Amino acid sequence: MDETASLQSAFVQKHRRHHRFVTLCRILGFVLFLGLWETSARLDWIDSFIFSSPGGIASTLLGMGRDGSLFRHTWITLYETLVSFGLVILISFGAATLLWLSGTLSEILEPWLVILNSLPKSALAPLLIVWLGSGPRTIIVAGISVAVFGSIISMYTAFRETDAGKIKLIRTLGGGRGHILGKVVFPSSLPSVISLLKVNIGLCLVGVIIGEFLAAREGLGYLIIYSSQVFRLNYLIAALMILCVIALGLYTAIQKLEHLIRKRRKLLFTGSL
Amino acid sequence: MDTLLDVSHVCYSYHTLSGETPALTDITFSVKEGEFLAIVGPSGCGKSTLLSLLAALMEPEQGSILIRRQPLLAGNADIGYMLQKDHLFEWRTVYRNVILGLEIQKKMTREHLEHVEQMLKDYGLSAFRDARPSQLSGGMRQRAALIRTLALDPKLLLLDEPFSALDYQTRLNVCDDVWRIIQKERKTAILVTHDLSEAISMADRVLILSSRPASIRKDLPVAFQDPSLTPMERRQAPEFKDYFNEIWKELNQHG
Repeated sequence: MDETASLQSAFVQKHRRHHRFVTLCRILGFVLFLGLWETSARLDWIDSFIFSSPGGIASTLLGMGRDGSLFRHTWITLYETLVSFGLVILISFGAATLLWLSGTLSEILEPWLVILNSLPKSALAPLLIVWLGSGPRTIIVAGISVAVFGSIISMYTAFRETDAGKIKLIRTLGGGRGHILGKVVFPSSLPSVISLLKVNIGLCLVGVIIGEFLAAREGLGYLIIYSSQVFRLNYLIAALMILCVIALGLYTAIQKLEHLIRKRRKLLFTGSL
Repeated sequence: MDTLLDVSHVCYSYHTLSGETPALTDITFSVKEGEFLAIVGPSGCGKSTLLSLLAALMEPEQGSILIRRQPLLAGNADIGYMLQKDHLFEWRTVYRNVILGLEIQKKMTREHLEHVEQMLKDYGLSAFRDARPSQLSGGMRQRAALIRTLALDPKLLLLDEPFSALDYQTRLNVCDDVWRIIQKERKTAILVTHDLSEAISMADRVLILSSRPASIRKDLPVAFQDPSLTPMERRQAPEFKDYFNEIWKELNQHG
């Protein structure tokens, strides 16, 4: 008994040691990278005008933080991404439900969806500017346009993959199409819908940045394109770094949401037992 | 005994672009109240089609189906259908699975819910009412599926090879369980199966279908000397073998 316990604790310790080692290496690698970059810039191994430097970026970020532009640009991009993400989910949920309800409609619309989904959406952006002018509205529509067609197709596919036997069960219990949707199709496609959320949040961010490249006076996409034009590389790389943080933050938020839904479902399973 | 179900001259064909496939031709039979009828036939002969018609999931192309002398309509709550698989929903507790039919039919009355409670208790599931379906054994899952069907208090119970997904040992036990429950709840039942032993051990009457397009080849009453035998005991009874041979011969005679 004692021996197995000590073997177990040895295993746990080994696992922890490995975990600590990986974390340490990650941090070290990052620090080393920054240090090398800074040194090469200072010693003029690389041209800091083109390649920027960690010190320069840090002071740029500080300056932008002080005059508030850091938060303004970040907030604008974040806001546009979240709005287009929310609209993508609503639109694709509604459209997928309609397509599921009417087989004929989905047959009629199939070529449209396939073509619009395979079209490179960045090609649409200039058209959107002509139609909607430049401003947040255009950018939100650009964000939607990147994600929405694929999202409709994926969600509709998830709905269609519902087990035919489960649908038959609802019918034998006297249920109609509304019951089939509410009791089987939606709950059984929930896992696919959650993984769809993860894909879509990334795509919406892509669409928003494309939109901001072309039609914005604010936002991280605007900051990137503007600073590349005037050769202020410190600004450009600072904006990229904030984008990294936003992307990571959004993804983590969706993961948290997934966790929450899983937990709620589980609670629902076990109930008061 | 009164006649519960009257099927007369029912025909059904499937249509595809490449042509018409007749599945049922001129099916006529009736079922009395409280009777247990088994339908056997070669696989692919149209047994499931017949059940779908009886469950009003499809309409016969010709002929009529009457339940208590009334034409059968879609969504008829007098018919309970137990499918091949239990199809318990993993995102619901066992209890919320068994009341699914009541929820759909908006019959969540105290009377119905008490009946469900009683059945859960009687058939050994009340300790698992808040468990997930995946925590149940194969036999328990099948009982939960049966309770879900019985919760709507159907007059006629259709069983579509309900044991085919189970391993042999579980199958024999669940067969006994289900038979007992049906006897206790005094239901009329139609069992569709390709397992002859299952048909003989459970039914009062066996309907033998021909291969596709199915027609009725024989209507064979099954009577054991001791009418109180359970399916398991029937399998040991001397008459069992004779019935088995008779049906076997009938099925194989015409290929």
